[in-house]
Amino acid sequence: MFTAIVAITLMALIFGLLLGFASIHFKVEGDPIVEQIDKLLPQTQCGQCSFAGCRPYAEAIASGEADINRCPPGGEATIQALSDLLEVEVKPLDDECGVEKPKMLAVIDEDRCIGCTLCIQACPVDAILGAAKQMHTVIADECTGCELCLPPCPVDCIDMVETKPNPNTWRWPDPAHVDLKIGDQP
Amino acid sequence: MTDGLGSFPGGLVLDGQKKRSTLTAIRKTPLSKKLILPLQQHIGEPSTPLVAVGDYVLKGQKIAKANGHVSACLHAPSSGTIVAIDDQPVPHPSGLSAPCVTIETDGEDRWIERQPIHDFTALTEHEVRQRLRDAGIVGLGGAGFPSYIKLNPGVHHHVDTLIINGAECEPYITCDDMIMRERAEGILDGVEIMRYALRVKHCVIAIEDNKPEAISAMEMALKQRPHIEDTIVTVIPTRYPTGSEKQLIQVVTNKQVPSHGLPIDIGIVCHNVGTTYAIGRAISHGEPLISRIVTVTGKDVKHAGNFETLFGTPMDELLAFCETQREPGQPFILGGPMMGYNLSGDHLPVTKTANCIIVGVDEPAPDIKPLPCIRCGECATACPVSLLPQQLYWHSRAKDLDKTREYNLFDCIECGCCSYVCPSKIPLVHYFRFAKTETMNQQQERAKSDVARIRHENRLARLELEKHEKELRHQQRKAALAASQANKENAEPSQSDSQEKK
Repeated sequence: MFTAIVAITLMALIFGLLLGFASIHFKVEGDPIVEQIDKLLPQTQCGQCSFAGCRPYAEAIASGEADINRCPPGGEATIQALSDLLEVEVKPLDDECGVEKPKMLAVIDEDRCIGCTLCIQACPVDAILGAAKQMHTVIADECTGCELCLPPCPVDCIDMVETKPNPNTWRWPDPAHVDLKIGDQP
Repeated sequence: MTDGLGSFPGGLVLDGQKKRSTLTAIRKTPLSKKLILPLQQHIGEPSTPLVAVGDYVLKGQKIAKANGHVSACLHAPSSGTIVAIDDQPVPHPSGLSAPCVTIETDGEDRWIERQPIHDFTALTEHEVRQRLRDAGIVGLGGAGFPSYIKLNPGVHHHVDTLIINGAECEPYITCDDMIMRERAEGILDGVEIMRYALRVKHCVIAIEDNKPEAISAMEMALKQRPHIEDTIVTVIPTRYPTGSEKQLIQVVTNKQVPSHGLPIDIGIVCHNVGTTYAIGRAISHGEPLISRIVTVTGKDVKHAGNFETLFGTPMDELLAFCETQREPGQPFILGGPMMGYNLSGDHLPVTKTANCIIVGVDEPAPDIKPLPCIRCGECATACPVSLLPQQLYWHSRAKDLDKTREYNLFDCIECGCCSYVCPSKIPLVHYFRFAKTETMNQQQERAKSDVARIRHENRLARLELEKHEKELRHQQRKAALAASQANKENAEPSQSDSQEKK
């Protein structure tokens, strides 16, 4: 009886110490769930979700303030991924935030640009290059298509163009949606 | 001779339909007025043009250089003038356009000065590979992987066996069969060069038993070169998809290439017979890769056969030369009936990977809508890679891409056996291709969004820093102002004191 009590007490002490040690040494910095949500968001930083960027939205989702269906650039795929991560039900995109559009790219009409730098200040990912009274241009590879550069432009010289697929970025169409003739199948 | 051979699971025995295109010898396709050369005819980065519009080029002149390690050079297939460097429709299942160099030929077919090497052993292995890279040689079996990379085992690998792939398992295609029948000598030139570059003795030329003429031609040629030691012709049973690299290795050596691995990991290098011939031409004759043998066949082709065709030749001209009953815009198959895809464009050029054009298959699949899956499991039995096509189908259909990866989607070789045996006629391979491109696209987008996140975070940090610096400057100025005011105030009372004294 006595040995049993001593043994259990000792074990409790050892495990308690182990747990205490682990909680200090393997402490997780930050809130991992916010990081995970942020990873799934498209990082356009467009603010269509009514938050000031993707990370604030991720924080809002994590704290339960915002729903998972407020990201139009991510669209259906992002909602699906978020619902898988958070184990909540899939919802259709909130049309209050906008509609899912094909991927766009901002293009500056360089003849009309007056070099005011307002779009440079608006770009969340520093994808516009230029200086005061010099022509500006968009670095196409870095542009996320967020459209935040459109409203500040005083001369309306920025257009959003759809990014065209090339044979390397082309995707096979979803067979469940296309009416396949058998002859088309590989 | 089939003793000691291995085998792979599944597979199909198909009706070859090869006779139609093997009745006549290889013929040359007439020179086209315009040659359209896509800058990407291989796996890897597109090549970079070295010419400008208006330049005159000679046959065999390099017109685009390899861009990076996994890339290939491109040469002018005939002499003429560069008339355009722009986007042109390319033979791709998407039907999209890609950058191409267009040459207007002058009909003279004037060669650039060639540098044949009569004794390749005078070159180092590295020089041989460099010459092959400069000659733009890529795998002609269909994938188009730059060959010089596959001939470089590196310091960490030792090659035991070189396999020359003459299986050509897909129905209708006969370009490898015909090249072995007619140009066995040239193939052996290539074999000798590859054995030298890889420092390997043991070489197996694997041919399916439905090509007796090719087998005897290769054996005869081999007998005349007794100095090639330890090289044999191995006859393998005809079964689809034996011609696929990993399956052929399994048949010939009874070894399996690991998932996500390469043949070199188990000491094997495998090259197609067409590629082997091209390697022989490149070194022994100094000719870069500017043409290939294309099979044109099908029930709507009057003069089916194999045609030595310059790259860039529009496919409709080639089809017209064979007197094909094809309406403009009517789809045809590029590649075999199992793995090929439908094309319907009219001015699509012949490229390095275009092995076969089929106009009119003999038994077109009935035009019915796919029926629901009845879970019969036939697809799993037929799969040569031992995958579970049914599970992959469910997950691809539900767009559950992570799950498809768990079921090893990327080990699928898209051979089409599962779709072929499916009693419900479900286009399984189409689902897998969809899931593959979707996954790759998702990975690219994820990488791009990671970059965007970092850029955004850097920007926020920079703005924060600027704000902080501004605040600091503001405070300094404020402090300086306060100090100067305090000085003034200190000075003023002393002035008033002195006034009072007066």
